[in-house]
Amino acid sequence: MTILSLNNVSKSFGALRVADSITFDVVQGEALGIIGPNGAGKSTLFNLITGNLKCDAGTVHYIGEDVTRSSAMQRCLNGMGRSFQIPQPFEKLTVYENLLVAATFGRNASEQAVIEDCAAILEQTEMMPRANAVAGSLSLLERKRLELARAMATQPKLLLLDEIAGGLTEGECQTLIGTIKSIHSSGTTIIWIEHVLHALTAVVERLLVLDFGKLVAIGEPDTIMESKEVREIYLGIDV
Amino acid sequence: MTLINASSHRVEIATSASRLAAIAGFVIVVLLFAAPAFVSRRLLQDLFFILTMLGLAQCWNLLAGYGGLVSIGQQAFVGIGAYALFGTSILLGVNPVPAILIGGVVAALLAIPTAFFAFRLAGAYFAIGTWVIAEIVRLLVAQWKMLGGGTGTSLPNSIRREFWFTETIQDLFGVRAAASRDILAYWLALILVLSVIGGIYWLLRSRRGLALSAVRDNLQAARSVGVDALRMRWFVFISAAFGTGMIGALIYMQKARISPDAAFSVQDWTAYVIFIVVIGGIGTIEGPIIGVLVFFILQALLADFGSWYLMILGVIGIAVMLFAPRGLWGLFSDRTGIQLFPIRRRLVRPMISNDKREG
Repeated sequence: MTILSLNNVSKSFGALRVADSITFDVVQGEALGIIGPNGAGKSTLFNLITGNLKCDAGTVHYIGEDVTRSSAMQRCLNGMGRSFQIPQPFEKLTVYENLLVAATFGRNASEQAVIEDCAAILEQTEMMPRANAVAGSLSLLERKRLELARAMATQPKLLLLDEIAGGLTEGECQTLIGTIKSIHSSGTTIIWIEHVLHALTAVVERLLVLDFGKLVAIGEPDTIMESKEVREIYLGIDV
Repeated sequence: MTLINASSHRVEIATSASRLAAIAGFVIVVLLFAAPAFVSRRLLQDLFFILTMLGLAQCWNLLAGYGGLVSIGQQAFVGIGAYALFGTSILLGVNPVPAILIGGVVAALLAIPTAFFAFRLAGAYFAIGTWVIAEIVRLLVAQWKMLGGGTGTSLPNSIRREFWFTETIQDLFGVRAAASRDILAYWLALILVLSVIGGIYWLLRSRRGLALSAVRDNLQAARSVGVDALRMRWFVFISAAFGTGMIGALIYMQKARISPDAAFSVQDWTAYVIFIVVIGGIGTIEGPIIGVLVFFILQALLADFGSWYLMILGVIGIAVMLFAPRGLWGLFSDRTGIQLFPIRRRLVRPMISNDKREG
């Protein structure tokens, strides 16, 4: 079953076309990776999917419904969770409270009902020791973990991750891969933007390549990485 | 308070300081209720002023400190609440005591069109927008000839004699009618302020309080985790207007004399209120309490200095903003970690319950 379907989605900032007639489907339970050079329009594509930006043209269908005009909040309530490339914590709340906002509002539950679940997510993302620290005091790495944890707390059906592996050590990266694999194996559909290719290819079943707002290629990671076009775009990057 | 969960993790909100504060607070409240029995009428009037300013400050703090909505047009709600009381009691014969509630309702109704326009503006534009709207309301009310137009009007003696409970108070304390009205106004102010503080504290401890903080800290992220940011803003704006309107109505019931220039004064009902919140500590319930006491003392000390008084207030306000941006209470709280009205939810693991607490 198709969970997400983009049809000729376009977006321009002035003369700059950041999303150019993008069309693709994501099947429920799949993990899709998105790669592309800086400025290719990857985060913009996320914002169009989640409703943080409005499409100029084209449609977004999510679980069979046209959500092109619905708000970011509505899409979250329908089971879309996301992390931001530049972490956007609620600075004056604690780590635990950050999760609590997401868990109680994202799935419309009471505070008591989500305590154990939030605690489990904190353990899983290794943020438990910082649970009662104010988010504004976190390091960049911790902020990135908080992004993942908070997105998980909404219990999404579709989880969109925007560059959460950058700057991690190899060990931390392996832990992260394990975490995302376990989220994925529990049935959550994942779309993951990442520059750290080996982390991406360890999890995803398909890769989508963006360049200058255009969808260049989509398919199995091995096939994609061997294609000449992609190698040209990624000139100098070994896989 | 502890939210007990069946399994291993717990969430704690209360601190030992807050438990002590709750006891001390209870004693203070009892003393304040009993105050008319043993304090002078002059002091009672001062307490009335302190309480009403505290109520206005708490409402503004809810709006700006928690909701991120910096309004400088709250005088619109003080004025409209007060005029609603005068209008309903003089023209419709409603007793002024229940008319206080009507003042709040009318202010909340005015908040709907105000928010409709002001929410299209952000930051400084929002602030100026609310001020402009307040001026428009003042000019419109000044056209209301039945309530004295631009010069205003007084509550007739026939109405003042009819205030609820005043006869009981006269019998109870053996005082004259005028003094009994002061006692009534004081008690009403005390009840109103306790309700406003209680209501705000309850709100902040609830799920909505979390959402409010999330919207203030990061609007985009709040929307992305399912928080209805716009609804939270409407809720806070209308609640603050309701509280402000009731306090405005009570202030003018006690004054028994109203004019548009006084009731819609940006200086009296917004500038002073902002000063109180800023020097006390914005975004805390304790802050305005400290702030109003400092403000009252400064006003008493500087009463003879004429317009220098405002300049000195301004200088103090600027100094606090520069050197203690979280206000006097923030300064104290940062050093000691003491919170009298804690809202932080602390996740506690029973196994290692008392170590590793941060934040």
